[in-house]
Amino acid sequence: MSGNQNNGSADGSQNDAYVSFQRVQKSYDGEILVVKDLNLDIAQGEFITMLGPSGSGKTTCLMMLAGFEPATNGEIFIGGRSINHIPPHKRGIGMVFQNYALFPHMSIGENLAFPLEVRKMNKADAEKQVKRALDMVQMGDFINRRPAQLSGGQQQRIALSRALVFEPELVLMDEPLGALDKQLREHMQYEIKHIHENLGVTVVYVTHDQSEALTMSDRIAVFNDGVIQQLSSPDDLYERPQNAFVAQFIGENNKLSGTVTKINGDTCTVKLDDGGVLEADKVNVSAVGDRTLLSLRPERVEIDPTSDMDDILDAKIEELIYLGDHIRVRMNVAGNDEFIAKVRNRGEKRDLKKGQTIKVGWSSSDCKALDA
Amino acid sequence: MTDVAFKDQMNEAGELLTADGVPLKQKLAITTRRARMRALLLTAPLIIFLVVSFVIPIGQMLFRSVYNAAGSNVLPNFAVSIQDWDEQGLPTEQMFEDFVKDMQLARKNRITGKTVGNLATRVNYEIPGTRSLFTKSSRKLSKVTEGPYKEALIKIDKKWNDPGLWIALKRVTKDITPYFYLAALDYKYDEKGDIVAADELYQIYVSNFWKTLRLSATITFITILLAYPVSYLLSTLPLRTSNMLMILVLLPFWTSLLVRTTAWIAILQTEGMANDILVFIGIIGDDNRVQMIYNQTGTIIAMVHILLPFMILPLFSVMKTIPPSYMRAARSMGATPFTAFRRIYLPQTLPGLAAGTLLVFILAIGFYITPALVGGEDGLLISNLIAYHIQKSLNWSLGAALGTILLIIVLVLYWLYNKLVGIDKLSFG
Ligand SMILES: Nc1ncnc2c1ncn2[C@@H]1O[C@H](COP(=O)(O)OP(=O)(O)OP(=O)(O)O)[C@@H](O)[C@H]1O
Ligand SMILES: [Mg+2]
Repeated sequence: MSGNQNNGSADGSQNDAYVSFQRVQKSYDGEILVVKDLNLDIAQGEFITMLGPSGSGKTTCLMMLAGFEPATNGEIFIGGRSINHIPPHKRGIGMVFQNYALFPHMSIGENLAFPLEVRKMNKADAEKQVKRALDMVQMGDFINRRPAQLSGGQQQRIALSRALVFEPELVLMDEPLGALDKQLREHMQYEIKHIHENLGVTVVYVTHDQSEALTMSDRIAVFNDGVIQQLSSPDDLYERPQNAFVAQFIGENNKLSGTVTKINGDTCTVKLDDGGVLEADKVNVSAVGDRTLLSLRPERVEIDPTSDMDDILDAKIEELIYLGDHIRVRMNVAGNDEFIAKVRNRGEKRDLKKGQTIKVGWSSSDCKALDA
Repeated sequence: MTDVAFKDQMNEAGELLTADGVPLKQKLAITTRRARMRALLLTAPLIIFLVVSFVIPIGQMLFRSVYNAAGSNVLPNFAVSIQDWDEQGLPTEQMFEDFVKDMQLARKNRITGKTVGNLATRVNYEIPGTRSLFTKSSRKLSKVTEGPYKEALIKIDKKWNDPGLWIALKRVTKDITPYFYLAALDYKYDEKGDIVAADELYQIYVSNFWKTLRLSATITFITILLAYPVSYLLSTLPLRTSNMLMILVLLPFWTSLLVRTTAWIAILQTEGMANDILVFIGIIGDDNRVQMIYNQTGTIIAMVHILLPFMILPLFSVMKTIPPSYMRAARSMGATPFTAFRRIYLPQTLPGLAAGTLLVFILAIGFYITPALVGGEDGLLISNLIAYHIQKSLNWSLGAALGTILLIIVLVLYWLYNKLVGIDKLSFG
């Protein structure tokens, strides 16, 4: 799967996508578009994550899909059927809310039986299904407790199994792990991922935690300002960011700004603002004279490079931070004193000192020329 | 020395000790005593206020409802001797003598609260129409100086020959009496001193209690119907708007109860706005305007308006804490809007609903001004009858008995409520 898939067919023709947003726009107040022209196809069984900063419209997209907010413009399809006029309770979508939304006046068992009850399933079958759903998250012993008697992580599991108990084909999760501590969050990430793999349901997951998105998703849609900035697999997103926002939002990133002086096929030559000249991968620049932001991952920076490296610059060490498995070196490169390099701790004695001037270098394919 | 090896210290009694060797409990008591004293001092004004303004008056009321010394005050000697009477025929000559002498003394002394008039009023409660007998006889008795007193008294008026009157007098001269509770429940004593139902004409209290309960229930029900959607709306609106609207809800509190009630008179009277509009639209003719006030309808309308905020406030405060995600979760799981409301939303608003219901119902049960002004005869509630006995007929004991019964009803309801809903589940916001 990759970013070059046909995303959205504005002519309304049906493709084999399971969920499809087509030219969807949303405004709450008639003045600001919170979601701007969203086109997104999701395949059956896919785990897709919407990632983006606060206020970028992720929840809004989810709410439109679930049916709690009408789309101002455009159409949403599930299984080839337009759902714009189908009320939420007929959409058959499972949902996990950020605050879990477990009904406080019902026991865990009653909470899970609720969706089965409203579907008029007979009691014996419902009981069996509730038990199975609870066992799936290892919470079988808690069936008679009240939500208030559970810890955050336990409530989270219940919310998850409640969203799955009526066997929906599509499950939406809005920052389901947001309230958990780091360790529990990581544990639950694996658990959710496993359940997804076992059940084969389609999951649309919302988070603003990038590492969560990277570990769990088949594909990630990076949102900013109501627009999908990039839609691709986790490794593509990290290795080949399409623009400056994605490069900065995903992972750590060194920035150098300059002007394009020459374009040669897939690469280009960039003159930095302080005079240095670099070769870079041409990603998001189109013509000579364009301003550009060069993006470079800290772990791709070599200290004391061999002379055949594509790009070599002088650097002055500002700070050394010992982190055990690696050493972070903060230095001043081409006027940017937030330039970071990660040096793996191989045990050999490195003579790095604060204030020292050294050379740093990297391969031009690691240095992305993005929009300024 | 380090205190790594700190161990719990104990004395021989096995009590934990502080580092200084003082028992831990004792030390704790000392350190918390100051805080407790201060707390007590801070609450003292309120406690004193409550005792003076609440506990004492209620005690007074309870006392007055069973205690009435008018009889023994006026007839101190007779009150003692009559107790030996077997209630067959007429009392003995000795008892008559005591009666006459007590009457003469009372007439001579004229001490406030111990006059023949006081006695006459008291007896008149139990046997209506006897007032003049006492005042007339008292006047004529001043000339009687020697026995036989029985004949002398009967000569003044034949009614003194009626054993029923003496049975009543024997009852009246006892200070503690259940009579006022009997009266408040539409019972009376017959001539033989047995408890029987009051004459139909005088059976007004029980039916009024029922009417009060019925009207209060109706009013509470209507306030629920009106307040629930309003509170829901308020709780879902953005804070700015909901605060604005909340001020409108509370606005009535800023005007006097009297003003609000009289405003309803202006609106609802036969020549008032509501009728004018109905006539103008053509729903009713000008010659058969609807009587909307000075009856139960008027009482209900005005009281619903006045009590509405007491329902809205607790409902609103509870609803505001229910995140919309609950309803959304229910909908996403396949519940129709109605099912989601009934199964998920409504149960969570119960604490507020319960609090509002209790508040409005109990306020309504004891409401006074509004029914007095717009209730007419038909819309009067029990509190109006109590007020009548306290202010007009001056039968304080009966007023107190009615008040006590009202208090008991409220307490019983409260207890029932606790059984059914649980007081701990109430949320007044
Ligand atoms: N009910 C609403 N009425 C008006 N504006 C809204 C409403 N809900 C969201 N918005 C606005 O829409 C924008 C997008 O909100 P949304 O909740 O989709 O963001 P998000 O990406 O989920 O953010 P977060 O990560 O903080 O949850 C925000 O600017 C928000 O202020
Ligand atoms: Mg959100």
